[in-house]
Amino acid sequence: MVQAKTDHMKYMEGMEALESPILDQVLQQMDQYDYQRYTANDVQTALKKEVREIEDFAALLSPAAFPYLEEMAHVARQETRRQFGTSVNLFTPLYIANYCENHCVYCGFHCHNKIHRARLTREEIERELKAIAKTGLQEILLLTGESRTMSSVEYIGEAVKMAAQYFTTVGIEIYPLNTDEYAYLHQCGADFVCVYQETYQPKRYEQLHLSGHKRVYPYRFHAQERALRGGMRGVAFGALLGLGDFRKDAFATGVHAYLVQKAYPHAEISFSPPRLRPYINNEKENPNDVHEPQLLQVMLSYRLFLPFAGITISTRERAGFRDHVIGMCATKISAGVKVGVGGHEQEEKGDQQFEISDPRSVEEVHQAIRSQGLQPVYTDYIRV
Amino acid sequence: MNDALMIGGREFQSRFILGSGKFSLEMTKQVVENAGVEMATLAVRRANVGGEENILDYMPEGVTLLPNTSGARNAQEAVRIARLARELGCGDFVKLEVIHESKYLLPDNYETAKAVEILAKEGFIVMPYMYPDLNAARSMADAGAAAIMPLGSPIGSNKGLLTKDFIKMLVQEIDLPIIVDAGIGRPSQACEAMEMGVDAVMANTAIATARDVARMAKAFKLAIEAGRAAYLAGLGRVLENRAEASSPLTGFLQEGI
Repeated sequence: MVQAKTDHMKYMEGMEALESPILDQVLQQMDQYDYQRYTANDVQTALKKEVREIEDFAALLSPAAFPYLEEMAHVARQETRRQFGTSVNLFTPLYIANYCENHCVYCGFHCHNKIHRARLTREEIERELKAIAKTGLQEILLLTGESRTMSSVEYIGEAVKMAAQYFTTVGIEIYPLNTDEYAYLHQCGADFVCVYQETYQPKRYEQLHLSGHKRVYPYRFHAQERALRGGMRGVAFGALLGLGDFRKDAFATGVHAYLVQKAYPHAEISFSPPRLRPYINNEKENPNDVHEPQLLQVMLSYRLFLPFAGITISTRERAGFRDHVIGMCATKISAGVKVGVGGHEQEEKGDQQFEISDPRSVEEVHQAIRSQGLQPVYTDYIRV
Repeated sequence: MNDALMIGGREFQSRFILGSGKFSLEMTKQVVENAGVEMATLAVRRANVGGEENILDYMPEGVTLLPNTSGARNAQEAVRIARLARELGCGDFVKLEVIHESKYLLPDNYETAKAVEILAKEGFIVMPYMYPDLNAARSMADAGAAAIMPLGSPIGSNKGLLTKDFIKMLVQEIDLPIIVDAGIGRPSQACEAMEMGVDAVMANTAIATARDVARMAKAFKLAIEAGRAAYLAGLGRVLENRAEASSPLTGFLQEGI
């Protein structure tokens, strides 16, 4: 396919250009981040501090901190307990469509993959919502592929309105929108928005996102700010760890969240740390590889840097990993997850985005939380 | 001697208010019993009525519910949450919290005072959580608050009475129960607050983060009782660290001149 590549740093028509200094600040901080220069001493200092700053976060993410995972875990657990007590929030995602207009080379949903595409009808959404509500869950995250034509803002708005009938908390993980569109979905009943930058490194971003609106780096970057300006209560940040240099990406994610909270003090901030799974039997060490210890280092660094931020752990990770990070650093866990389109009440209508590693039901995850002396929380939000 | 705490026309023998939400629900009953509390907070946003893990199902009978408005970012939202609490059958008490800052979770005194006025007129027994500012406390008292709940230090910080001098001003100037609400990290700090004349203490994190939650609840109960007894007994004068001057400073005065 021959297609002239567009400039990934330039907005496309219809995209709202936000005036915000945060993008330049994050890029500058990330460029300057030389994680090799941190020492064990920097890590120990960071661990002892009461309020950690960007430099401490940088040290905690560095290779020098790797031998300190155990200590980091202990301090992180104290911070988590202090901020959140024993609470662990439960939710589930619902994929309502998987049509996509982007060509992201790493994604199973990308527009050139011949997968089974689908979009749930109103009736199907209703049935799925009812089935999920029956499990006792009160928080739902609605997801679509990134197609404005096949899953329009209006379509998503209708789904949000229906979800708000059954759930106290509705989040969306969809393509980035303009401020007025976020305001519309907020009015429909959504309060939380997840947008992942995938990689914060512009060059790498350009190589991975070959076409589609997602190719535009700054539009995606400013999504959280537009969401907050549109009235959303909380925003989630994340990089798909392993796409690029994961330390730089995790660092940029943390700095991005830090700066957004500073600019919007009321915003509820959270992180999701998805990762690309390392290839099995890849003997040669790949600098992008994020194994469980590296992933944990990232999660602990987020917790120690921003103790008040939520951290969500998805079913990309195995049950044993998830059960150990709740209470230590993670504060929210999904349960009863299906990553195809629909699948809670009826057969999945469309193919899955990725394979899940923890298929446990809500009841099973509930029991796993309780067995650790932690408290499953179904609702932690009132829409007023 | 009856030394009851009066709030909104209700009488409480215990001067310890328990915060909930940071320890597991199934511990609630034991913690309430050990702490000897008669009043416990609950976050309305956590009440999952008819659903899983509803805090209301775990609260022992006889405990006065103090629903809080956590999650409210302004006066209007707090008012709506308080009304919702009443609809849920949580009674007329409300612990008013208005916070629109996710990092330190400091209360907004201005929005809080506005909400006090609205809720007091609607017959709520309003207990505002506030930053200990005398002017703001006066506004809240004038607006009809039933008690004032200043923070000792940032919530969850366990740092104790960082705002001690300002809380003392409230104790002296405001004719309402003063209840130290946040930041109390250890029983000795609760005791100190009570010694200085605070009417009651609320705690949650300090208990929830203890190794033995139930035992720490008991420790707080005893410390609060001790502090109250000391206050009622009247603390003796504490001598300055340096010695008193031995030769009198006023010995030169002559009678009759």
